[in-house]
Amino acid sequence: MLVKAKGTQQSVAASRLLDGEAVWLGTGNIWVEDVAQAAVFDGADAIAEALAFAKAEEKRQIVVDVYPLDVEITEAGTRPTHLRERLKGIGPTVRRDLGKQARQPAA
Amino acid sequence: MPDTHSPAIRSNQPADAHAAVYRYDEFDKTFIFERVEQFRAQVERRLKGEITEEEFKPIRLMNGLYLQLHAYMLRVAVPYGMLSSTQVRRLARIARVYDKGYGHFTTRQNIQFNWPKLEDVPTILRELAEVDMHAIQTSGNCIRNVTTDQFCGAAADELVDPRVYAEILRQWSTMHPEFTYLPRKFKIAITGSPNDRAAVQVHDIGLIAKKDEVTGRVGFTVYVGGGQGRTPYLAVKARDFVPVEEIIGYLEAILRVYNQLGRRDNIYKARIKITVNEMGADKFIGLIEEEYARLPRQKFYVDPAIVDAIQTHFAPPPWVDLPAISDSFEAAKAADPAFARWTRTNLTEHKTPGYAIATISLKPIGGIPGDAEADQLETVADLADLYSFGEVRVTHEQNLVLAHVRKDDLYPLWKALDAAGLGTANAGLISDIIACPGLDYCALANTRAIPVAQRIAERFADLDRQHDLGELKVKISGCINACGHHHVGHIGILGVDKKGEEFFQILLGGDAGTNAALGEIVGPGFDYDGIIDAVETVVNTFVKLRQPGEIFIQTLARTGHAPFKEALYARA
Ligand code: HEM
Ligand code: SF4
Repeated sequence: MLVKAKGTQQSVAASRLLDGEAVWLGTGNIWVEDVAQAAVFDGADAIAEALAFAKAEEKRQIVVDVYPLDVEITEAGTRPTHLRERLKGIGPTVRRDLGKQARQPAA
Repeated sequence: MPDTHSPAIRSNQPADAHAAVYRYDEFDKTFIFERVEQFRAQVERRLKGEITEEEFKPIRLMNGLYLQLHAYMLRVAVPYGMLSSTQVRRLARIARVYDKGYGHFTTRQNIQFNWPKLEDVPTILRELAEVDMHAIQTSGNCIRNVTTDQFCGAAADELVDPRVYAEILRQWSTMHPEFTYLPRKFKIAITGSPNDRAAVQVHDIGLIAKKDEVTGRVGFTVYVGGGQGRTPYLAVKARDFVPVEEIIGYLEAILRVYNQLGRRDNIYKARIKITVNEMGADKFIGLIEEEYARLPRQKFYVDPAIVDAIQTHFAPPPWVDLPAISDSFEAAKAADPAFARWTRTNLTEHKTPGYAIATISLKPIGGIPGDAEADQLETVADLADLYSFGEVRVTHEQNLVLAHVRKDDLYPLWKALDAAGLGTANAGLISDIIACPGLDYCALANTRAIPVAQRIAERFADLDRQHDLGELKVKISGCINACGHHHVGHIGILGVDKKGEEFFQILLGGDAGTNAALGEIVGPGFDYDGIIDAVETVVNTFVKLRQPGEIFIQTLARTGHAPFKEALYARA
C-alpha cells in the first residue's frame, strides 16, 4: 500500500517506462536505480520542485508512476522509512537471486 | 523413457490432440491477432510519446499488463484452467526467453509473469496467440474469465461439464456491448458437481450443478452477490434450480439489474455484493425475477445444438476399458510408503474405471506457492503427453492437475514428478497454502505473504504430522483485497500495516467448499515472527481437542472459537 509521504525529508520514486525498473530521482536530476543514491529533498518547496521535474519526465516517456516517499539519511545513503519502499529498493525477499539485490554486492 | 499407453502418441496425431482445451475458430483467431497488433501499435505510440500514460494505462490493463513493485507483470488467462502440453511448453518458453525463468499460478486460474519488459509484451502476446492464448479481460470492469472446478469432465460426481457453460458464457459476455462497462469487475464461477470445488459462493455469480430429483432435468443452483476483498460476503441463493437451457437468460437478467443499480459513484461500493446487501437479498432477487419475466426468453435460450457443438471441443479423451483395480498400482503402494502417502492426498476418484485424477503440488515444503520453473513446466508437459492425453489443468488452489491418468501409470508418474520437485504429498494439507504475491511483488500490499507461507510449511515440514492433522486449509493475503482468499481459509491470515511494521491477523472458521463460511478474526494480530507460533498454537489446540476422525474445521465448529482464543492470548 502506498503510504502518504508527510515527513520533511523526502525522495521521489518512479518506475522506468521501458522495463518497469524502480528508480529514484538522484542529484543533478538523473534517475538512479539504487535508492541509497536517491536525492533527499528538504522542505515543501524543494519537494514540490522535484516532483514537478519528475512529472515532466513522465511526459517525456522516461518514467511512470511518480510519487514522493519519506526517507532518512544514513551512513549507507538514503533509506526509505517505510517497509514497502525499502523492499522496492531490494527486490523480492523470497528470491534473493532476482531484482536489484542480485545485482548489487551486499553493502 | 517409460513406455506410453497414450493412443495419441502411437498414432501420428500430436500428443495433446485430445487435450480438452477450447480451440479457437478462425473468427477468434483473427480477433486475437488483431488485438495483438493493435496493442503493438499502441505500445509504439506510447514509447514515441504520441499517447500519454493516462491514455495508455487502461489499454495496458485491458491487455493484462500491470505495473508492480519491481517491474511490469503480465497476467495470462487460462480459460477454464485448461492447458494443452503445447501451451504449457509455450509458457515455459516465455518464462525463459522474456522473463526470469518462472511463472506464477494464481487463485484465479491464470499465470503471471513478474518481469516482462514493456517493449517485449506485444511479442509475448503474439507467442501466446499462436497457441490460442491471450491476456485479454483479465482486468477492467467486465466479466472476467469464468472459472470452473478443476476436475471437470473427469470427476466421479459430475452432473454437467461446467466448461461447456463457461464457454457459452464467454461467447455471450465477450462481445456483449453493455457488459464491457459494468459498474465494476464481475467474476463468475461454475461447479459441475454438487460438491463445490470452485468456491462459487464467494463470486459475483456462482453456479452449482443440480439434478431435479423429480423430472431428472439438469440445471444449476444460482448464487449471487458473493465476494471477498475488503467487504466479504457469502452469495445468497437466487434460485435453487435453473434448467441448463435457461441459464443465459437468467444471468442476463441478473446482469441487467446490476448494470442499472450498481454504484458507479464509489469504487468500494460498486460490486454486486454491495448492491445485494444494501438493497436486501429478497428485493434484489425480486428485481431479477421481474427482469427475467420481461426478457425475450427465446433470444437467450441455450440451443441444445450449440451445447453439443461446444461439447465436441471438450469431448472426453479416448479412455480405454480397464479393470477398476490395478494390480501394479496396489503393489507399488504396498512397496513404497512415500508413494502410498501421495496417493492418499493427491488422488481423486475418476468417473472411468481404471483411471484416477492426480493433483501436482506446486507447494514443495519451503517453496513459493504457485511458482513453477520453466524446466518444471516442461516436465509437466512431457508427463501430460505420456500419461494424461497432453492436458494440464490449473486449480484455484495454485496447483496443477493431470485429470486422466491410468492407475497403472500412477507410480511412474509420481516418481517422475518427485524427481522434478513436484511430488509433494500435501494436497489439502496444512502446507498446501494459498498465498498472494504480497509485498514481495505487489504494489498494493501491506505485508509479505509468501514467506509466511514458507515458514508455516517449514514448521510443519514433517509429512507424517501433516497427514495426521488431515485437511487444513491455510490462506494468506498481504492486504485487504483478499487475493489470497484469507476469508475462506480454515485458518486465514491477513497482513496489515501497523506503524510501518508488518502485522498479521488470524481468522478462523472460513470455508470455500460446499459449506461455505467466512472466517472471523480471533483477536489482536501478531508480528512477523509471532504469526508462525500463533498458527502452531491454533493447530496444537486442535490436536488437543479433536475427537477421532475429526478434521480441523469440524472440531472448530463443535468447540467454537473460545478455546483457541484462550490458547492464543492466555498470558504466558
Ligand atoms: C499482483 C497484482 C495484483 C493486483 C494489483 C491485484 C489487485 C486486486 C484488487 C484491487 C482487488 C480488490 C477488488 C475489489 O474488491 O473490488 C483484488 C481482488 C482479488 N484478486 Fe487480486 N491483485 C493482484 C494479484 C492477484 C493474484 C496473484 C491473485 C491470485 C492468487 C488474485 C486474485 C484475486 C481475487 C481472488 C480477488 C478477490 C475476489 C473478489 O473480488 O471477490 N489477485 N485484486
Ligand atoms: S491481497 Fe493485496 S497484497 Fe495480495 S496480491 Fe492482492 S492486492 Fe496484492
